Amino acid sequence: MKARLLVAAVLMVAIAGCGSDSGSGSAPSGQMVMATTTSTRDTGLLDTLVPAFEKATKCSVKTVAVGSGQALDLGARGQADVLLVHSPAAEETFMKEGHGASRLAVMHNDFVLVGPPSDPAKVASAGGVDQALQAIAKTKSPFASRADDSGTNAKELKLWEAAGIKPSGSWYIKTGQGMGATLTIASQKRAYTLSDRGTFLATKNLDSKILVQGEEQLQNPYHVIVVKHDGTNVGCAKAFSSWITSAPTQTLIAGFGKAKFGQALFHPDAAAQ
Amino acid sequence: MIPLSVALVWELIGRTAVVSLSATAIAMAIGIPAGTALGMLRFRGQRPVAAVVNTGMALPTVVVGLVVALVLFRNGPLGSLDLIYTVRGMILAQVFIAAPLIAGITMAAIQALPEELPDQLRALGANRRQLVVRLWLEARLPLLAAVMAGFGHAVSEVGAATMVGGNIHGQTQVLTTAIVEDVGKGDFTPALAYGAVLLALAFAVNAVLTSVQQRGAAWVQS
Repeated sequence: MKARLLVAAVLMVAIAGCGSDSGSGSAPSGQMVMATTTSTRDTGLLDTLVPAFEKATKCSVKTVAVGSGQALDLGARGQADVLLVHSPAAEETFMKEGHGASRLAVMHNDFVLVGPPSDPAKVASAGGVDQALQAIAKTKSPFASRADDSGTNAKELKLWEAAGIKPSGSWYIKTGQGMGATLTIASQKRAYTLSDRGTFLATKNLDSKILVQGEEQLQNPYHVIVVKHDGTNVGCAKAFSSWITSAPTQTLIAGFGKAKFGQALFHPDAAAQ
Repeated sequence: MIPLSVALVWELIGRTAVVSLSATAIAMAIGIPAGTALGMLRFRGQRPVAAVVNTGMALPTVVVGLVVALVLFRNGPLGSLDLIYTVRGMILAQVFIAAPLIAGITMAAIQALPEELPDQLRALGANRRQLVVRLWLEARLPLLAAVMAGFGHAVSEVGAATMVGGNIHGQTQVLTTAIVEDVGKGDFTPALAYGAVLLALAFAVNAVLTSVQQRGAAWVQS
């Protein structure tokens, strides 16, 4: 009798196990952890995308919004199932090290150099990002750096390098915090800073304005990466990757922010592949 | 992995100690007299005030940080003082965090003294100042506990230090905000190391205060 019950229990567990697994044929389900960047949260994009994805599938999404560096780190340790990040160089290393199953372009937004409306270093008329950064360094005007290994921070350091400057000194303020907090600090300290356009538009109570924008160098591409690691929810991760690059979602992304900010914050890229 | 910079660790220890010890000292200067007055005097509204002080003991540090930051912002009421994202601004915020604790525990300590003690001291001819000093001496053990609690709350908080200080490297970064930053970067090794250093700092300060306290205790028993 007891033995029979045991067999029945084992069978039931086995069957249940098959059902919840992303086995062949059945639709993926369960909880999925998405590690993404603070910019997708701070702009409100996640609040639009996540419910739509959950409605379209049987997956429930837990999002962790951190810097791109930490998001990739979470992926490498198998703590996240899917990543939505913008740090191309670090992403390529991530893929090379075998942590990712796939990496697809999703969208891009752009970086802007913002600063006090009075523009003491006259960066608006400097003639480009390189010249703008050189003017900031030359006049030792305060510049707030996130200094947090985020995608934006990586971009900022690259831009300094391109401008031929090693920023240091008391004018170079390292906040070690996210984009919203850094924009607030920059505004209060009348400092310049590099921000993605979306977070700058979405952050309230700033006394700063966009001074340099629109250059090729300032593009900010986002990729979706399906993490390759034991124990991850591959089914949902793959479903998310194909869902976010699908035509309807790309249209959703293209329209995001138009009502609230009067302009699109992200530009879809998946069609170009 | 980047090895820990010893110079940076010392810088963080120094700034953390300066901020929290200064805040505790100022909070003592406010909290002990205020708590004593609340414990000794009977006046209309004493109870509600005591309830407010006791609530202040549970003041969330992020709320303190938020309010102090809003007041100190450039366009805030005290923006012209230029205290936002400075060490002095952080000290101010931590005073609001430590002072209610010190006042609340002081009040309880004074009220725990024998009820007839003030009258006896007055009968012996003590004036008000002598009376208060005598009461503080009698209550010195819980008073030192109050100071330790105030320091402990100040040195361990991260919400106000982040919002008012801004975690600016080389200027306002302290051990707690450095820990949060490193965790944000997924860099757990230095975060753990800073945690250990923070504990060591708290231990050192409390060891000094405890030795003072226990010497006082031994003196009472002899």
